[in-house]
Amino acid sequence: MLSEAARQDILRIRSRYPVAQSALIPALLRAQEELGWVPPEAMAEVASLLGVPVETVAEVASFYSLIFTEPVGERVIQFCTNLSCMLNGAEEVLRHVEARLGIRPGQTTPDGRYTLKLAECLAACEEAPCMIVGTERYGNLTPQKVDRILLDTNGGV
Amino acid sequence: MSERVLLRYVGLPDQDDIERYLRRGGYDALRRALRELTPEQVVDLVDRSQLRGRGGAGFPTGRKWKFVPKDAPAKYLVVNADEGEPGTFKDRTLIEGDPHRLIEGMILTCYAVGIRHAFIYLRREFYLGYRKLERAIAQAYAHGFLGEQILGTDFSCDIVLHPGAGAYIAGEETALLESLEGKRAMPRLKPPYFPAVMGLYGRPTVLNNVETICCIPWIVQYGPEWWLAQGPPQLYSVSGHVARPGVVEAPLGTTARELIERAGGVRGGRRVKAFYPGGTSSRPLTAEHLDVPLAHEPLAQLGSMLGSAAVIVMDETTDMVKVIARVCEFYRDESCGKCTPCREGTVWVTQILDRILQGRGRMEDLDLLESIAKNMTGTCFCPLGESVPPSLRAGLEDFRDEFVAYIRGARTPVEMPVRIQEGVLAPGG
Repeated sequence: MLSEAARQDILRIRSRYPVAQSALIPALLRAQEELGWVPPEAMAEVASLLGVPVETVAEVASFYSLIFTEPVGERVIQFCTNLSCMLNGAEEVLRHVEARLGIRPGQTTPDGRYTLKLAECLAACEEAPCMIVGTERYGNLTPQKVDRILLDTNGGV
Repeated sequence: MSERVLLRYVGLPDQDDIERYLRRGGYDALRRALRELTPEQVVDLVDRSQLRGRGGAGFPTGRKWKFVPKDAPAKYLVVNADEGEPGTFKDRTLIEGDPHRLIEGMILTCYAVGIRHAFIYLRREFYLGYRKLERAIAQAYAHGFLGEQILGTDFSCDIVLHPGAGAYIAGEETALLESLEGKRAMPRLKPPYFPAVMGLYGRPTVLNNVETICCIPWIVQYGPEWWLAQGPPQLYSVSGHVARPGVVEAPLGTTARELIERAGGVRGGRRVKAFYPGGTSSRPLTAEHLDVPLAHEPLAQLGSMLGSAAVIVMDETTDMVKVIARVCEFYRDESCGKCTPCREGTVWVTQILDRILQGRGRMEDLDLLESIAKNMTGTCFCPLGESVPPSLRAGLEDFRDEFVAYIRGARTPVEMPVRIQEGVLAPGG
C-alpha cells in the first residue's frame, strides 16, 4: 500500500539507527505523510520493513497522539487549551473555530478538509492563544484571525 | 544589565545559515577545543562553570558527564528537545533562532565525553524547528564539522534528528529513551540504573536539554569565569497576563517582579495574584513572593522549584480553581498509565475539581484533595504524577477561599473546556 519511494525512505531511516526498532516512529510518520493516517495494512508493511512484530507496531502507534490510527481530514488542527492559552482567551477562540467548522474536537468536517484536535502546550506561549494547522503554527489568535487562517489554508476558497 | 549571550543572535535573519553563523564566530569554540583542549579539559571547563541542567531537574552538567564510564565501548548523547512543560518555549526559540549553536554544543559534548553517535529527540509539534535543524545538520556535515575525522583530527561524530509523535511523558528522560528505542514512552525505574550508566540500548548515555547544550559553546569559547560573570545567563519563558510575553534572558536568580517588568508589566495595569516560577509542575507562588530570586535553592525552600524556568503570570482576576483544575487535567491526560497513584490519582483529583467548579462540591472535598495530594507525593513512578500535588497544595493553602466560594455557591458554576468530551485519548498524549 506504500509507494516505492516511501518504502525506500523507511529503509533509509532504518539504516540511521544501530537498532532497527528505533526507526519505528519516524517510519510510521513517513507512512502517515503519504496516506494521511496509518491503517492496519500500513502498520503491517512498516513491521515487515523494520523486522519488528506487527503487535509492537500497533502498540506503539496507539500510544502517540500524532500518529493517527483512524482517518483524519486533510489538515489536522492542534488547538492548544493549556494554561497560558487559557489565560489568553483560548476558550472563546476555540468556540469560534468549532462554530466556523461546524465540528467539535475529535471530529472531521464533512468535506474532509479539517480535523479538530485539542493539543497540550505547543511551546509557543509568547503568542498565546495558538494552534497548529497542518505543519504551520499560528499565534495571537482572535476569531477574526482564525477566519483568515482557515480561509488561507483552504487555498483561498 | 549584562549583555545578551544565549539570545545574542536569536531573531537575526539568516542566523540559521551556516555562513552567517561562521561569520558571527560560530564553530570557533569547536575549533578551539579540537586544537587546544583535551576532552578532560572541556569537561573541567563545564564543571567549573557550575552549569546546571535547564530541562527541569537542574542537575550539574559537568558532574553528569563525569558519571559516564570512560572506557565504555559504545555510549551516546541524546538531546532532549521534547519541550512540553506548559509555559516553556525557550528551547523552541533557540532551535528556530540559532540551530547551529545546538549542533556545535552537541559536537563539543561528544568530544568531551568521547561519544561518536548523538541524537536529537525533537517533539513532533516543532515542524519549523525540524526543517531548520535538518538543514543545519546537513550544512555542518558539508563543512566537515560532522562526520569522519572532524577538522582533520581523529575525532568523528554523527547526529541523527529523531521526531517524537505527541506525548508529554516522552520529555521524562527515561521515557524519552524508551521512545527513541521505538517503544511506548513509559518511564524506566531509577535508581539504580541512571542513563549515564545504562541509557539508550542499555549503554551509557548523556541526556541533556537543548538550552543546556546551547550554553556549552559559550563556556568553551570564553571560559567559566566569564560565563559566571554574565549572570550566569538563564532563559526564562514569561507568559500569561503580561503585556509582552516572550523569552527573557536574565542572570540566574532574577526575581519575578523584574521579569514581569521586562515583559512589559501585567496587562491592563492589574496586580499579580499568582505565578508559576518553573512551569506547571512547580508550586505556584503568590504576589508576596515576587521578590524571591528565581534560582534553585530559594525556590526549593518555598516548596517550589526553578524547573524549566517557565514563569506563568496570573493577574488578580484569575480564577485559581479553574487554573488548578486545568493543570490537573493536563497531567491526567498525559499520564502514561504505568503506575497507580498517577493513573488513578489524576482522575480522582480532576473529578473532584470539576464537581467543585460545577457548584456540586462539598467541604469534605477539600480534605479529600489534600489526602490524595499526600498519597501521590513520593509514590509516583516518575515526576509526572509528582507534578500534581504542588498545584493542589498551593490551591488549598493559598487560595482556599476561592474553593470555598464555589462550594458555598458564592461563585457562578463554570463548565470546564471540552477536553473530556473529545472521546478516547491516546494513553500517552
